[in-house]
Amino acid sequence: MASIDIIREEDLQHGHDDHHDDHHDDHHGGDKYQSGFISTYIFSTDHKTIAKQFLITGMFWAIIGALMSLVFRLQLGFPEENMLWLKPLLGKWITVADGVGTLSPDFYYALVTMHGTILVFFVLTAGLSGTFSNLLIPLQIGARDMASGFLNMLSYWFFFLAGAIMFASLFLSTGPFAGGWTAYPPLSALPQAMDGSGAGMTLWGVSLVFFVVSVLLGGMNYITTVLNLRTKGMTMWRLPLTIWAFLVTAILGLLSFPVLVSAIFLLIFDRSLGTSFFLSEIFIQGQALENVGGSPILYQHLFWFLGHPEVYIIIVPAFGIVSEVMSVHARKPIFGYKAMVLSILAIAILAFIVWAHHMFMSGVNPFIANIFVLFTLIIAVPSAVKVFNWIATLWGGNIRFNTAMLFSIGFVSLFISGGLTGIFLGNSAIDIQLHDTYFVVAHFHIVMGIAAFFGMFAGVYHWFPRMFGRFMNETLGKIHFWGTMIGAYAIFWPMHYLGMAGVPRRYYQFGNFDAFAHFTAMNQFITVAAIIVFALQMVMVINFFYSIFKGKEQKELNPYDANTLEWTAPINTGHGNWPGAIPHVHRWAYDYSKGGRNIPQTEPLADGEQDMGNDHH
Amino acid sequence: MGTFFIIASLILIAVILLQIGKITELAGALRGEEDMQMRSNTFHAQFGMVFMIGFLVFVIVSFMYYKNSMLGYGPHTAASEHGVWIDNTFNVTMAVTGIVFFITHILLFWYAYKYRERTGHAATFYPHNNKLEMIWMGVPAIVMTFLVIGGLSVWNRTMGDVEEGMVVGEDYIEVEATGLQFQWILRHPGNDGKLGSRYYKNIDGVNPLGQIWSDEKNLDDIHPSELVLPVGVPVRVRIIANDVLHNFYLPHFRVKMDAVPGLPTYFVFTPTTTTDEYRQRLRDYPEWQQPIPDDEQGRQRWEAFEYELACAELCGKGHFSMKRIVKIVTPEEYSEWLAEQKSYYSTNIKGTEADTNEKEGVLSLEMPTEIEKEEVEVKDKELSKSI
Ligand code: HEM
Ligand SMILES: [Cu+2]
Ligand SMILES: [Cu+2]
Repeated sequence: MASIDIIREEDLQHGHDDHHDDHHDDHHGGDKYQSGFISTYIFSTDHKTIAKQFLITGMFWAIIGALMSLVFRLQLGFPEENMLWLKPLLGKWITVADGVGTLSPDFYYALVTMHGTILVFFVLTAGLSGTFSNLLIPLQIGARDMASGFLNMLSYWFFFLAGAIMFASLFLSTGPFAGGWTAYPPLSALPQAMDGSGAGMTLWGVSLVFFVVSVLLGGMNYITTVLNLRTKGMTMWRLPLTIWAFLVTAILGLLSFPVLVSAIFLLIFDRSLGTSFFLSEIFIQGQALENVGGSPILYQHLFWFLGHPEVYIIIVPAFGIVSEVMSVHARKPIFGYKAMVLSILAIAILAFIVWAHHMFMSGVNPFIANIFVLFTLIIAVPSAVKVFNWIATLWGGNIRFNTAMLFSIGFVSLFISGGLTGIFLGNSAIDIQLHDTYFVVAHFHIVMGIAAFFGMFAGVYHWFPRMFGRFMNETLGKIHFWGTMIGAYAIFWPMHYLGMAGVPRRYYQFGNFDAFAHFTAMNQFITVAAIIVFALQMVMVINFFYSIFKGKEQKELNPYDANTLEWTAPINTGHGNWPGAIPHVHRWAYDYSKGGRNIPQTEPLADGEQDMGNDHH
Repeated sequence: MGTFFIIASLILIAVILLQIGKITELAGALRGEEDMQMRSNTFHAQFGMVFMIGFLVFVIVSFMYYKNSMLGYGPHTAASEHGVWIDNTFNVTMAVTGIVFFITHILLFWYAYKYRERTGHAATFYPHNNKLEMIWMGVPAIVMTFLVIGGLSVWNRTMGDVEEGMVVGEDYIEVEATGLQFQWILRHPGNDGKLGSRYYKNIDGVNPLGQIWSDEKNLDDIHPSELVLPVGVPVRVRIIANDVLHNFYLPHFRVKMDAVPGLPTYFVFTPTTTTDEYRQRLRDYPEWQQPIPDDEQGRQRWEAFEYELACAELCGKGHFSMKRIVKIVTPEEYSEWLAEQKSYYSTNIKGTEADTNEKEGVLSLEMPTEIEKEEVEVKDKELSKSI
């Protein structure tokens, strides 16, 4: 691979003060190392192309994952219904008796497990952070590309490989892994415990190991790029909040994902080498196993040491995107920029010391809970600061209601709703009642699932012109927004009530228990709402692909009158981003409506003008 | 046919939507972008208010509608001592978060509406206010402190083991629940009040728990099909699993604890409401006075109510079906019930090949052999909860 060193001569003048570009722009804006179709669109090292690859792959997985949820929602809403019509698609997973097709429980659990794994890792980690870290880090800090374009390309292709392996596992005769996205042993360790715990589990583990490689390659790159390749004048306190968010996300990933790999490796050892890390005194399928001394709880510690930071890996990029989009379209500085940065940092640090709140009822020493309850509820404080600051950003604004802004406002609503239920769950006493019920399902879908999607949508609608030089259709966008906003609450809000009634999650049907059987109408309502919301996402997908080719063209360089650097590069710019010299930065990113106008970061400070990014008061 | 119809109409809708999108774009070009943008701002800001009000009303109405089905409300106040504390903690948290939920939602959508873009209107440059930020950091911190203290005091009172000095069989009852794919096997200690020891390698078709028959304590242990307990007496449930993780879950008693192979856990609770009393509570609610469809005895729903034991940790394809009935009875009924029970040993083991105590047709209660003794000791140490 030829060196992808695209730092140009012009950039080396950073030391000098004469940044008024004297650019000798005789070669065109594109990358001289990229010419063929393959190197431009497939094995590209251009961060903008890689961002699009992450986004479109993420969309593919989102559709697959959502379709899976529709199938299991049909089972939950209409368990008596004939599912024969799904037989052509699902084959033997639909069992037929007397001409009536039924979804097999094995496959129900496989669907739930795949849905969770796909959405958490492939869509909301790779699809969200992969897309926007890639697109925005170089463009907003003023860099020609990532520190290593090559590793960046590898990051995408490892993600692709992970996806391909997971996809292949769907076609195994024993089915994909079916023991829940958390893959607790012994269920995940013993092939005889469940069909999916055979080859399906092996592929699940292998796929996730490759996925972690992807996350680490990407993360190292993002961190290095943010720390080393900022343009002249771009101090840390002048970074847009998006960049802070991506930086912190990458650090979280770098520190926590390796622990998942270690858990998966130990699991694989237990499965194939006869070790007993997680197994002890097991009698299964008529046979007593030799393993003694291991602890399934050890796995849970390892898993959640990743698992909890992971939920913040998902939501922190959305924090950044929403802050940025909200500030641009409210034409106001984000309220309390430093508090926003510090709260992200506080949340990130706390994220590493709360993992056992997922394990209050798993047999750990109850004393331990005292520490984890304390730290968990402390997280509510920086979270509350963020919410109040977003609301304060709206106060006194001049808000332009486009789709991106609507999704940002919707995000805040979802983050409030889901964050508040976290306060119930984080309180171990209440968690006795709520753990592993639908209340938890409601909590994390609202605060993480839907909220992170809203962050992603805000980003896609907002930066679509930066990616494709065209706009997405606003009318369809707003239909998409309102439908999803109402629909998502319609799906997940009632689940709180199910949980408060004690209905456990991960149940194939509720009819076996009198206590859980009385919510048929609600379950049907949820399923119907889910189908409608899915259809609305198709509106977005159609809008997306239609607009790539036919959307309204971007004519102005800076269509939103924003201050950040990504809008200084030409429309549809090639590899290297700026044809001439990289712009320099003189102020923070949020001088919106200052003295009546939005002042871009490239504009030098006036005499006696204070820069909010650098002063302390 | 139905499927085809659905797909066709979806495509049609997609085409229509694209046309709508185009038309509004064209209209925008005709009327002037600026004008369109202002109209659109007002429309969506107003719609935001409508949404907010609708959402908050929906929240209240739906909560009221489902209130009596939810644990802690209506007839479903907890049937155990600690359950009441948990319900109280829940309600305190609900009050606090409910207030925050309403205030923040009203402000969010109200400000969005009030500060919508209009011609001739401009934004205020207002980047921060440290005092304000300290306040809205400090207040949640104080509130959280109270929630943590309240919650943990309930937690520590609930999760403790039986108190030092309490005697099993006298001051409290110890029973055992073993989770396996896909059922719960319950074990009651019998008259001696003590559960006998077990070893997982002894498990086989006739000895599903691997009980060690040379341990005298095992001989009167019962495997009841329902969990029958007297009201008002503390129960220590020993919870364990044979194969994979399960979770011992009694929703009405607010009891939940993982069953872990190789690592016995426990939950101590005191039932306060007999099954009959709970039925009487339900009787006051119209939805429970409905007749049960196809019931042979023609009962109403409240008459057939039973407490249930469920599994709350994914354990395989039959996870959703691990049910046992739980009966809380008066102490007299309990004694009667106990007197009727036969030990598992006497009905299934005694005199069969599996009986390790059987020597030439005579029941011998000799000391266990050396190897068995070791096993007994290992098990008796009762692996304490690990971290
Ligand atoms: C105020 C902040 C939050 C608190 C106090 C909190 C607390 C908790 C607790 C205690 C649980 C475990 C519940 C149980 O299994 O019984 C939980 C589950 C979960 N939370 Fe949160 N949470 C908060 C915010 C978030 C955020 C921001 C996200 C993601 C963006 C998130 C994602 C999740 C997920 C995915 C689960 C379920 C995992 C599973 O069991 O499959 N939470 N939360
Ligand atoms: Cu967590
Ligand atoms: Cu189970």
